[in-house]
Amino acid sequence: MPEKQKDKPDMQKLVESLSPNERRIVGFLEVGDLDKLRDESGLDKTSLLRALEFLSNKGILTLRSKEEKVVVLSINGLNYKRDGLPERRLGGVVVEKNSLSLMDAKKESGLSDNEFKVALGALKKRALINIVNGNIVLVGGKDVFVEKTLDEKFLELLPKKFSELEPEEKFSFDNLKSRKNIVEIENKKIVEFDLTDLGKELVKVDLTSLKNMIESVTPGLIKSGSWKGKKFRRYDITSDVPKISGGKRHFVNQATDYAKRVWLDMGFKEMSGSLIQSGFWNFDALFTAQDHPVREMQDTFFINGEAELPASGVVEKVKKAHEGGIDGSKGWQSSWSEDDAKKVLLRTHTTCLSVQTLKKIAEKKEFPAKYFALGKCFRNETVDWSHGFEFNQTEGIVVDENANFRQLLGYLKEFFKKMGYEEIRIRPAYFPYTEPSLEIDVFHPVRKEWVELGGAGMFRPEVTIPMFGRHIPVLAWGPGFDRIIMEFFKVEDLRDMYKNDLNALREKKVWRK
Amino acid sequence: MTIITFDRKELEKKIGKIDEKMEERISMFGTVVEDLTEDEVSVEVFPNRPDLLSFGGFVRGLLGFFGKGKGLKNYNVNKPLENYNVVIDKSVKSVRPFTACAIVKNLKLDDARIKEMIDIQEKLHGSYGRNRKKLAIGIYPLEEIKLPIKFLARKPEEIKFQPLEFPRAINGRQILSQHPAGREYGDLLKGAEVFPIFEDANGEILSMPPIINSEKTGKVGFETKDVFIECSGFNLDYLKKTLNMIVCALADMGGEIYEMEIVDKRKWVSPDLSSDKMEFSLDDLNKTLGLELSVKEVKGYLGKMGIGYGEGVALVPCYRTDILHEIDLSEEVAIAYGYENFEAEIPEISTIGCEDKVAVLKRRVDEILAGLGLLEVSSYHLSTKDVQFKKICKKGFLDEVIEVLDSKTENNILRTSLFANSMKILSENSDASYPQKIFELGKVFGKCEGGSGGESGDGSQLQRPIPHPPTRIGGVEIATSGVGGIVEKERLCISLCGEGMNFTELKQGLDYLMRMLGVEYSLEEVENESFIVGRCGSVVVGSKGEEGVGEKRVVGVMGEVGLSVLKNNKIKMPVVSLELDLSCFVE
Repeated sequence: MPEKQKDKPDMQKLVESLSPNERRIVGFLEVGDLDKLRDESGLDKTSLLRALEFLSNKGILTLRSKEEKVVVLSINGLNYKRDGLPERRLGGVVVEKNSLSLMDAKKESGLSDNEFKVALGALKKRALINIVNGNIVLVGGKDVFVEKTLDEKFLELLPKKFSELEPEEKFSFDNLKSRKNIVEIENKKIVEFDLTDLGKELVKVDLTSLKNMIESVTPGLIKSGSWKGKKFRRYDITSDVPKISGGKRHFVNQATDYAKRVWLDMGFKEMSGSLIQSGFWNFDALFTAQDHPVREMQDTFFINGEAELPASGVVEKVKKAHEGGIDGSKGWQSSWSEDDAKKVLLRTHTTCLSVQTLKKIAEKKEFPAKYFALGKCFRNETVDWSHGFEFNQTEGIVVDENANFRQLLGYLKEFFKKMGYEEIRIRPAYFPYTEPSLEIDVFHPVRKEWVELGGAGMFRPEVTIPMFGRHIPVLAWGPGFDRIIMEFFKVEDLRDMYKNDLNALREKKVWRK
Repeated sequence: MTIITFDRKELEKKIGKIDEKMEERISMFGTVVEDLTEDEVSVEVFPNRPDLLSFGGFVRGLLGFFGKGKGLKNYNVNKPLENYNVVIDKSVKSVRPFTACAIVKNLKLDDARIKEMIDIQEKLHGSYGRNRKKLAIGIYPLEEIKLPIKFLARKPEEIKFQPLEFPRAINGRQILSQHPAGREYGDLLKGAEVFPIFEDANGEILSMPPIINSEKTGKVGFETKDVFIECSGFNLDYLKKTLNMIVCALADMGGEIYEMEIVDKRKWVSPDLSSDKMEFSLDDLNKTLGLELSVKEVKGYLGKMGIGYGEGVALVPCYRTDILHEIDLSEEVAIAYGYENFEAEIPEISTIGCEDKVAVLKRRVDEILAGLGLLEVSSYHLSTKDVQFKKICKKGFLDEVIEVLDSKTENNILRTSLFANSMKILSENSDASYPQKIFELGKVFGKCEGGSGGESGDGSQLQRPIPHPPTRIGGVEIATSGVGGIVEKERLCISLCGEGMNFTELKQGLDYLMRMLGVEYSLEEVENESFIVGRCGSVVVGSKGEEGVGEKRVVGVMGEVGLSVLKNNKIKMPVVSLELDLSCFVE
């Protein structure tokens, strides 16, 4: 760390910041070799490496790491190191018995077929045994067996860097490599280090006085008061710590919570209701003609079954609005089928809740009134980065005898400002259930362009009259919410909103508004 | 939503140079510019304005909006000449009862105009005509036809002609099976015993609507000067409007419109290009828009939209289909006034905000669980049988499957369990660090027992792996019941996955949650296909009935997840899970 080297470090502070493990190795740093350092300090490898890492952070040494081929024991090799090579085990049996049948030898030595074959070969090659009439006969002297073979010696000194193998070790390596799972070559990260100038100075410092430094605060320490007059070991408070993560709300829900607060602040009551709706509430009550393409299976999820239609004459009024029109409206001038209205479907917008709310408040005559909804809606779509079959929509309605188009703009400006969009633009649009209708664009401050965020309008008399009995102005707007969420959380692929990648969820920043 | 593309130079010749400001103004007419290149302009036309789908119609509308029009435009119509008749035969009444027809003469057709004519036809077929379901349009070179025309129906085998772009004559039935248009639109004639045709005075077949024209008499070319146009279908008003849109577009190209006499039960003359009269109250308008416009101003604004106005009555041009109610005229005024010119206003009405009770409860549960270090996940409401049933070892699930029809993805059933989804999530996260402690709050779906209607709680609950509690408790709607016989239930699922995760670990969590929300509960041992035998229990709460008598109710299930379930989901760590109905928290 160059900055650290710039400041002249205070040697006393530096010394006081050494942890016990660091202290244990500082004295041996001049050795320079990791293995030796380990032997001298008695630290395990992980602790040693960590201590070196910390020393490096303190500018005492520089770490270098390189890849190196190292010969290590494989699974059989580990066993043989403990129990002896198969030829050692067979040899032991033969020495004891002088001569015995092949079958007995195999049994006594406890070797597998393969090991037994290899062991016989190895002993024969060294001319220690002979096979006569199916019996193994000892040929060489018994004392030859006592001596460790080159192969055995080699096994004992592993792991060893491949580049440092002596010629006879290389020979043993080739020999053992041809046998099954005894030795193998691993690419190991070899860590080396060099002392910095600071380090060279440090190793000269006498550290014995530091034995009295306090490492951790314990209940005993507090009680005894023995800390008085002693120093605490200094921490390197700048060093990195392992990451942790906590429990938290899903980021989409954090965003919806925020949007709800915006609505509540503006004095809106929450509407909730079923995800499953009838064609009547999702379409007919919203003056969406029965032959409108959105009502086809191509676009909407239908479910087998039949929904009940509301009582109290609403159905008749809606039917009339569609067929011949009401209040001077021409209607759609085509016959209206109750079967289509009874179809069961997954709601395609939260507007179905708004129109049901109109019905409810008409009965109680509770207006002016302001309501909002926020929830999942569905459409029969394939899934790609910008499309999905589930999406979040939020929606607000204002029911007021005196509501007008200019007020709609007022609410929109206020709502989007609170959602973080200072500049909005509205332009003419078309929805079957609103008139006038408009589309809301917000100005994207980074992309410097208008981005479409949703629709709004005033409910048509064909929608309000069947619910209220007369036309009462209703302002309504329903921005798609996923776009706002994606924008804030920098989600570029809609699919990531429901991917439930736990690593990503743990790292996701929280909604800050 | 239709995107139409015009030649940029042609359009600029009519409306002026398209710069950034012009682009903005085009959008403010309600036709947002989707794409602008050196050669082409693409705009979006909403489905309520089929009259803007033609070049002529678009230019007409836009120029008016820019203040360069002359208000309501009247098109000149000539009286029918000799034999300008279309006779509707009784035979066609059962299969395609109506047609509206006209003749347009002296067209000067070139490549661009022929393309435009075909384009209008196709766009109208697709949008206003609902893919020919509502109506079909035919345009024929008058030179190839001998008037008068007959509209009749015959058995498909008796109809024989060479359809457009086809090498030989075939019969009506063969057209449906062999011609591309027949294959695409054949369903529209499904089940009909006779098929409709237009036939000329020589007995030559002109077309078989709504499928295809004849190659011989139904193909317009450069040499064509005069055309016969027909719209046929089921609703005469739609047909008349469609015909008006086409003849006005052709008149804009320089053609002369001629009437024809339609001989039906009674005779009538087509086309009818007279304006529709609609009463329009200035008070209603000003109240809706929050403006104070005078008669003169309104007349000016409506004029910009091509609509006449005088003495409280608006005159709507014959090609407009979207003016159903006077509210639609208010929007016309608003567009002409300019959406950008409205001053925003927030009224001083006092209302009090209020959040849904279930939503509040869910957030409390969320806070408690997040406090325990659990991570909230969120999964789709649509799922697969594999995830929802097979992989969690559920048997005999067919009765519980709620299918959505014709799903475009593999997700074609509604979820019945959050636990099943949590297994999928753990399965997909084997590379994330452990322990993985997740939870989800959300709706699951179930069938009402005994068809549509409310409650579904009965004694069999105890045997059910995931219980079906009553839908209403204490008047608060925790589960919405009934649409199409399907109940929606609010659930909580917790899954803890990792070394050392066991029953005790989760029971501690459940216990904490229940204590914090003040709910007394007990666990009763139960067997469940998804969990290890002897390590699974039902969560039981005692609800106070109306008479104050304690009544036990199963509200959830928890246990150590069975090893077959883990294997099916390729989960390599122990998992313990809970699925709980939120109804237990509602007082």
